[in-house]
Amino acid sequence: MNLIKRILGIVWIGLGIGAGIYLIYFQAVPLWAKGGNDLVPAIIYTFVLAPLISIGMSLFGYYAFQGEFDKI
Amino acid sequence: MQTKKQSLAYIISASSVGTLIEWYDFYIFGSLATVLSTKFFPTDNPTAAFLNTLATFAAGFVVRPFGALVFGRLGDLIGRKYTFMVTLMLMGGATFAIGLIPSYATIGAWAPILVLTLRLLQGLALGGEYGGAATYVAEHAPPERRGFFTSWIQTTATLGLVISLAVIMLTRASLSKDAFDDYGWRIPFLVSIIMVLVSLLIRKNMEESPMFEQAKMEGKISKNPLKESFGNKLNLKYVLLALFGATMGQGLVWYTGQFYAQTFLLKICNLDDIQTNMILVIGLLLGTPLFVIFGALSDKIGRKGIMMAGMIIAIFSYRPIFDQMYKTVDITHKTVVPGSEKMILSGKTTTVSKEFTDGSSYKNVITEVSTDKTESKITIKINKTDQWTLIGYVFCLISFVTMAYGPIAAFLVEMFPTKIRYTSMSLPYHIGNGVFGGLMPAIATFLVSNANAAGTLEKPYLEGLNYPIALISVCVVIGIIYIKSDKKASL
Repeated sequence: MNLIKRILGIVWIGLGIGAGIYLIYFQAVPLWAKGGNDLVPAIIYTFVLAPLISIGMSLFGYYAFQGEFDKI
Repeated sequence: MQTKKQSLAYIISASSVGTLIEWYDFYIFGSLATVLSTKFFPTDNPTAAFLNTLATFAAGFVVRPFGALVFGRLGDLIGRKYTFMVTLMLMGGATFAIGLIPSYATIGAWAPILVLTLRLLQGLALGGEYGGAATYVAEHAPPERRGFFTSWIQTTATLGLVISLAVIMLTRASLSKDAFDDYGWRIPFLVSIIMVLVSLLIRKNMEESPMFEQAKMEGKISKNPLKESFGNKLNLKYVLLALFGATMGQGLVWYTGQFYAQTFLLKICNLDDIQTNMILVIGLLLGTPLFVIFGALSDKIGRKGIMMAGMIIAIFSYRPIFDQMYKTVDITHKTVVPGSEKMILSGKTTTVSKEFTDGSSYKNVITEVSTDKTESKITIKINKTDQWTLIGYVFCLISFVTMAYGPIAAFLVEMFPTKIRYTSMSLPYHIGNGVFGGLMPAIATFLVSNANAAGTLEKPYLEGLNYPIALISVCVVIGIIYIKSDKKASL
């Protein structure tokens, strides 16, 4: 089980980075270009969801990969 | 330790009433968003319209984690009781003040700026309240019944919404449409101050949490809860685990079942707003006892299993349930009553209406805004049988909420030590619920409108569900693999 937890750590890091890129390049950038009321979801994607998911999930994955959750 | 014994029933009631009022205050803003937009955010001013969208859909939710940090820190430094007294006063004051702000027509740009500022204060207060109430009750409760006792706090969020909808419906029913639009919308905000004062009086006599008092006497209070919670890897990993393995999925299940269901019926199915609110209120009331049932059950069989089961059922049920909800309201397969179709022209407004053999009706009010722009407002009313069908679906959605949300307070308080509990449990809760959950209805509606615009999908109205389903799935995998099964943990 601990091996699965650690291997999945890499998956979470990849998922965090991938989700951040997806949210910024494929969701936020077109909305920034549109402007107007679309700026609200653009701000949310860029400054809230993307950093939260990419940094948070990557850090979680890093801890998992390091074996920090082995004894939980 | 406690100087005089207060009953658990009193402790739970006093904590729950305050939290219930905070939820009420937070929800009336969203429930009256349409009226507020006409008073404070004129559509012909692009900046005001932008602030409106920001205030309505994002600001109050995004700021909640900051409230968790500010008040969580205070709660771990000076105590739970005084901190959640402060959050209650802040919330009550902000809500009352919204009811007093002069309109845009009177004070111009100050109106939207003041509303946005007060909405931010509401979010901050809510961010501080819940963790305090949950921690306070949990620290009084016996370990073997902690899930049961804290589940009463969990009912407050749902009951707060029910009361906000009921007060608004009552105010609307008591006044003419013009009077409600003129001043009546302020009443739900203003009456909040009475509820807050009553709650403050009740909470004033409460004693500090025995565990916090003991930690204080033994000099075990944290000197810097923020640093200890998030600067220490040992605690930070638990904060991340609580967020990605529990509260993210739970927040999404909650907001999908309780709020997106309302948005979906109103904006995507175009169901009449009174029928929508009635369906929601009945569904919520029928589902509320399940919070306590699943909270109590978590004391017997563990928290994790119930929460994960609720999330898994939600993942597989959302698309069929929302599909059936849409089809129940959809008029395309219904038979029009011969001769019932009408078209009335009145100035720049055209009203098209028709009735159906099953008792449903359709009305489309098309208004010419400018020479090249029209606005359309479709309203569908359904028959009693279909109303009860929808209440059944909403009840199902709420039952998933109660599984995921009922045991979460006990689960979170058991993850962290007394000296940093308020701070550590509040942050993942409010990121999961405020950010991932709170933004869900807006993001999902946005995804549906994009899918409608693309016009390539068979069921574009279900596209909004991709966001919660994807994130809940990730949460379930993390929760099942990384969170240990536990029950009756000591604090």
